[in-house]
Amino acid sequence: MPQQSSRTGHSGDFPPFQQRHLISIADLQPHEIIDLLDRAEGMIEVSRQERKSLPTLSGKTQINLFFEPSTRTQSSFEIAGKRLGALVVNMSVKTSSVSKGETLVDTAATLNAMRPDVLVVRHSAAGAVELLSQKVGCAVINAGDGAHEHPTQALLDALTIRNHKGTLAGLTVAICGDIANSRVARSNLLLLGALNVRTRVIAPRTLLPAGIENLATEVFTDMEEGLKGADVVMMLRLQHERANGRMIPSVREYYRFYGLDEAKLAHAKPDAIVMHPGPMNRGVEIDPAIADGDRSVITDQVEMGVAVRMAVLDALLPARNEP
Amino acid sequence: MIRPLIIDNARILDPASNTDQTGAVLIEDGRISDLAIGGPAGVPDGAEVINAQGMVLAPGLIDMRVFVGEPGKEYRETLASAGAAAVAGGVTSFVMMPDTTPAVDDGALVDFLIRRAEAQSPARILPAAAITRGLAGKEITEFGLLKEAGAACLSDGSASIQSSALLRSAMTYAANFDMPLVHQLTDASLAGDGVMNEGLFATVLGLKGIPREAETIPLARDLQLAALTRVNYHAAQVSTKGSVDLLATAKSNNSRVSAGISINNLCLNENDIGRYRSFFKLNPPLRSEDDRRAVIDGLRSGAIDTIHSDHDPQDSEVKRQPFAEASYGAIGLETLLAAALRLVHSGDVELMTILRAMTSRPAEILGLETGRIARGAPADLILFDLEYPWQVTEKTFRSRSRNTSFEGARMQGKVMRTLVNGRTVFVHEEDA
Repeated sequence: MPQQSSRTGHSGDFPPFQQRHLISIADLQPHEIIDLLDRAEGMIEVSRQERKSLPTLSGKTQINLFFEPSTRTQSSFEIAGKRLGALVVNMSVKTSSVSKGETLVDTAATLNAMRPDVLVVRHSAAGAVELLSQKVGCAVINAGDGAHEHPTQALLDALTIRNHKGTLAGLTVAICGDIANSRVARSNLLLLGALNVRTRVIAPRTLLPAGIENLATEVFTDMEEGLKGADVVMMLRLQHERANGRMIPSVREYYRFYGLDEAKLAHAKPDAIVMHPGPMNRGVEIDPAIADGDRSVITDQVEMGVAVRMAVLDALLPARNEP
Repeated sequence: MIRPLIIDNARILDPASNTDQTGAVLIEDGRISDLAIGGPAGVPDGAEVINAQGMVLAPGLIDMRVFVGEPGKEYRETLASAGAAAVAGGVTSFVMMPDTTPAVDDGALVDFLIRRAEAQSPARILPAAAITRGLAGKEITEFGLLKEAGAACLSDGSASIQSSALLRSAMTYAANFDMPLVHQLTDASLAGDGVMNEGLFATVLGLKGIPREAETIPLARDLQLAALTRVNYHAAQVSTKGSVDLLATAKSNNSRVSAGISINNLCLNENDIGRYRSFFKLNPPLRSEDDRRAVIDGLRSGAIDTIHSDHDPQDSEVKRQPFAEASYGAIGLETLLAAALRLVHSGDVELMTILRAMTSRPAEILGLETGRIARGAPADLILFDLEYPWQVTEKTFRSRSRNTSFEGARMQGKVMRTLVNGRTVFVHEEDA
């Protein structure tokens, strides 16, 4: 057997993780990011075994509280929790708490009374997960809050890059698309910035938020310019409502100038990898041939997602039992 | 028969007459009957004497922007609770915004509010009447009848009229009755679904931003229409450097233009939002520190005329929400003077300038006889200790709501006594 237990923090390889929650990449020190990535490496091994389980979270209760639908992320957290032996409960809240006449804080109090050990929360409002974390006694993991952050996505992206490139050091990562409305972009910029990875953002000006130049090292509005010499091309999903004639004139024009096709990708390094947080709009932000081609690591990202979420659960819960 | 009252040995600060000297005032029958500047007063037989040594005696504050929940949302605030909060903060008169349920767009409701306020509020309440029916921005209200009923001014409260043609009509008709028109500045389409100042901080928080131009574009329009119609125009509240520049230019040509600012925009900036503190979700939004410095300059130069609390009581149900979903507004009547004194203690603004913006200037704009210390004027006065240290604690608020943007703040300076119409309506009691 490989050193599963040593890779998952129970034999002293990893010092106790000091964070109470995982709300934002901005809360993590660089060594904590590396710690989580290293823990996740061990979890990849666990996930690739025939018997894909560890007893780490045996007896613990994990509630996945999703205020907006996300089959992919919710399933990933569910599998992660179950592989670690937790009792996992999925709660999808289709209508917002406000329309039910209940504040988010009321919801938190109700959930708290159920005595979960960890809450995994997705909400359409930035800051909602932070607010909830202040009102409950258990660990809280941000599974995406509005346009703010999606920290486990950034961790899984970093893990994917590291596995393919061997290291993050010295790489140039280009993030392309709807930067203004993307929590994935924010978390990635914070994480890669913390590890001194060179980042670029590429988007039409209407999809670039104010002050972005202070978060990313370089800002481009020309895709070919921005992709020059990139080691990693990270595409973002374009929400259909952006293509309503206000932010961009049409999907057709967007694809022409900002969709990733062979011609544009040729400007990146020959061994550049292509990433996408999914679900993809093929033919809108990415050419189907690239999405399914050799350079695409999109399915690897899904696998890394489970490993990262196992690592985060593993890191947060034992830490909470510290005296 | 109420005994004459003498407030003696006070530092009398009256912006209307530019007075800053030790002296005494004599109050009889609700009015200031005599003044003794530079020396002690003679004491009439039977007079009550308050020795105000070490205290500042100033006109009672006039707050031009207060929201009250009554009628319709009394659980947030009533006329009585707003009045009690006002006098505790040194506010002896306030303009009540028409954003009630129903909106104050009818003379009968103005009359009701005035009568009820007289019966229940220790502070004078001056109802503003809606510019448009139901605050909907479609049809103007009966300005003449509203004035007859006692409306102090016209305002659509937190709503901003988007149609330039309608606003021109409203200004023209308001000038006809010489009614002050107070207008909120928001280009709704430009503000979009923004919830805080547009900039890096909003980007980091993942919140939609409101650009400064959502304020300066309607202000530029309003100032041109005000010049065209010669209305007594008051920009309800400004928050940006661009607005200060526009006002400075407009005022050089038009003396009937004025502007107010919320104490929040003078004392706080966008960084105070921190990690999504919804008590700092305000309209206009808290701006950058550069804007805050510019509006302080604007206050000093006279481009900005008045300071108000923007007292807007909201219950926990609507405030304990994620930032983007929470309601706008903070209470502020009880902290208005103390917060303004921060600017004095920091050396940013003279005490006289601060007081002028909360006494004589609002009185001039609204045509009131209060807001000054002069023979014959109503005895609406405050005594405050400029140095008194205290900390804002929610539990001591008289307001029915707790959504203060100065939660836990340490203050220097406090109102010790408030008089309305010569009657003491508030006395500070030492914390137990």
